[in-house]
Amino acid sequence: MSSPGGLSRRQMFLKIAVLFNGIVGVLLGIPIVRYILSPVTRGRRSGYESWISLGSVEQFPSGQTRLATYRNPVAESWDGETADVPCWVRHTDGDQFQVFAINCMHLGCPVRWFPQSRLFMCPCHGGAYYEDGARASGPPERGLFEYTFKILDGKLQIQAGELPTPGPSAGIYEKKPCTKRSPCA
Amino acid sequence: MRLMTKVGNWFDQRLQLGAPIRETMEHPIPRDTASWYYVFGSAAMTAFGLQLVTGILLALIYVPTAGEAWNSLQILNHQVSLGWFIRALHGWGSNFMLAIVLIHMVQVFLFGAYKFPRELTWILGIFLLLMTLGMAFTGQVLRFDQDAYWGLGIGASIVSRVPVLGPLLVKLMLGGPIIAGQTLSRFFALHVFVIPGSLMLFVALHVLLVLKLGINEWPMPGRLVRRSDYLEKYHNLTHTDGVPFMPYGVWKDAVFSGVILLCIAACALYFGPFGPSGQPDPRVIQTAPRPDFFFLWLYALLSLLPPALETPVLLIGPVIALIVLLALPFVSGEGEKSWKRRPIAVLTILLVAVALGTFTNLASHAPWSPVMDAGTGSPIASKFLGGRTPLEIQGALVFQSKQCHNCHALGENGGKRGPALDAVAVRLTNDQLVRQVLQGGGNMPAYGKNLNPAETTALVAFLETLHPSGQAAARNASLRLGEQP
Repeated sequence: MSSPGGLSRRQMFLKIAVLFNGIVGVLLGIPIVRYILSPVTRGRRSGYESWISLGSVEQFPSGQTRLATYRNPVAESWDGETADVPCWVRHTDGDQFQVFAINCMHLGCPVRWFPQSRLFMCPCHGGAYYEDGARASGPPERGLFEYTFKILDGKLQIQAGELPTPGPSAGIYEKKPCTKRSPCA
Repeated sequence: MRLMTKVGNWFDQRLQLGAPIRETMEHPIPRDTASWYYVFGSAAMTAFGLQLVTGILLALIYVPTAGEAWNSLQILNHQVSLGWFIRALHGWGSNFMLAIVLIHMVQVFLFGAYKFPRELTWILGIFLLLMTLGMAFTGQVLRFDQDAYWGLGIGASIVSRVPVLGPLLVKLMLGGPIIAGQTLSRFFALHVFVIPGSLMLFVALHVLLVLKLGINEWPMPGRLVRRSDYLEKYHNLTHTDGVPFMPYGVWKDAVFSGVILLCIAACALYFGPFGPSGQPDPRVIQTAPRPDFFFLWLYALLSLLPPALETPVLLIGPVIALIVLLALPFVSGEGEKSWKRRPIAVLTILLVAVALGTFTNLASHAPWSPVMDAGTGSPIASKFLGGRTPLEIQGALVFQSKQCHNCHALGENGGKRGPALDAVAVRLTNDQLVRQVLQGGGNMPAYGKNLNPAETTALVAFLETLHPSGQAAARNASLRLGEQP
């Protein structure tokens, strides 16, 4: 059956069988990898962010910083309370607001506002920020995240939907110029 | 009895496992290794077995959804009969398992057991350690409370610092844009299927290698390992002076495993289950998240590293540590096994133990965290207020109301983020105090915008009273004595 130095019939069948299974494996692998990557690819396609209302502007008196919460725009019915995201709203004057993420820019713990000393402080590793979100002291390397905001029909709206993290993804929450797709006002 | 033998024979005729099992159990081991020092590997396996059993029991009740997990833990703690005990066994079992795995690893290192021909056993062991740590971290997430929620945020923040791939990895880790239902589901899959499955496979290979290569002989100073003749020497050792593993070694393993199980049960009974702490509601921000015991050192490290070093250390440090551990058996695969002749090995263990112990101890009182409620909850002791002028008393009020106390201690009270101010007037003059308060610096925020001149004057007047009675306040040497303010 076998020719000296060459492939025997059975060895060739085995190789074909291995190759065949390799192809099947790749064919099955593609949907599996796409399934695993779905949290990433979904964000790329339509984006996780959208405009969310924090309520009427009157809730945020001028010169004060208050806690606001919103339901994350991308949420499942079984998310429970975890999809209710807090943020700090600072009404500086007139139409001017600053909306800060709750997460410290060191490692994401929730910062607390102290109106007397006009500082945000983090309970984890001691990061502190000034009232305008700039870094004051401690381990954070940058200031608090600021959401893009607009005022529509007397309601304060922010563009949100993703957990702000201190890495390169910080860019998504840098203040963006108003565009046609997402006009500011 | 005859019936038992008959049934046994019936099965063995078909399975044919009796002979190989008997051979395995009675394989010869070096006489010295039937020792109380050689019980940690089997104890780790026993603890893992307990985790498997209690884990399955918990899975009967636990609901792995973000909305209900915390409630199901409450049901386990308070309504299911002895649910609290099973949770406590699982929690304490996890701590014991990690501790035993670490002791086992230290012992293997000090006894030179990673040297030729047991390099692969060591490498599998490294992966077993990583998986055990992975189980501890994912398990902490499944106890879905405040600490778990913000712990995930910390994990995401660390992952986000990976160059280029950071944002992608954060979404992969969280299963979506935020910490929510899909995050818990994927950590459940990791904790219940992926990591335990791999652990079982790796444990099987690890034990198989121990059986194939034989247990490491007791290290004797001066008895060097050489690739050329080690196998022959080991064969002689086991076959001239060897004893069968069963019963010489196995009874000590069995006793120690039993003691460990009893200790876990005692801790579970006495201390009860871990948490859960508050509900995983991100709107409740009155929280100070802390990791579990075995990750406290990391919490300390993250607070104490200089900011610029943090990302490199977080991302490159673990890679270097892993490379060092994996390379160890190849770099020092031969030579001396006994720790009595390996001072650097002993010093390394001591250094790592002291470092981890110090970090863990520091993390247990976290001096770097501000005391968030000191402004309202910790009054200034009366000894700092007696006999003060109205201006100084006013300054004490400013000190209290502007949260200075959150970071600065007076007496025993207050934060330790900044220096204690009991004797600050000895260190800083009036001008220096004003400058420090207004401009901040040295890791202190500037209060220039938050204090009006009257408040600043009062505060500094109070701070100037803070010096021991027998020691004068600092004075500006450039001014003549009569002009001192």
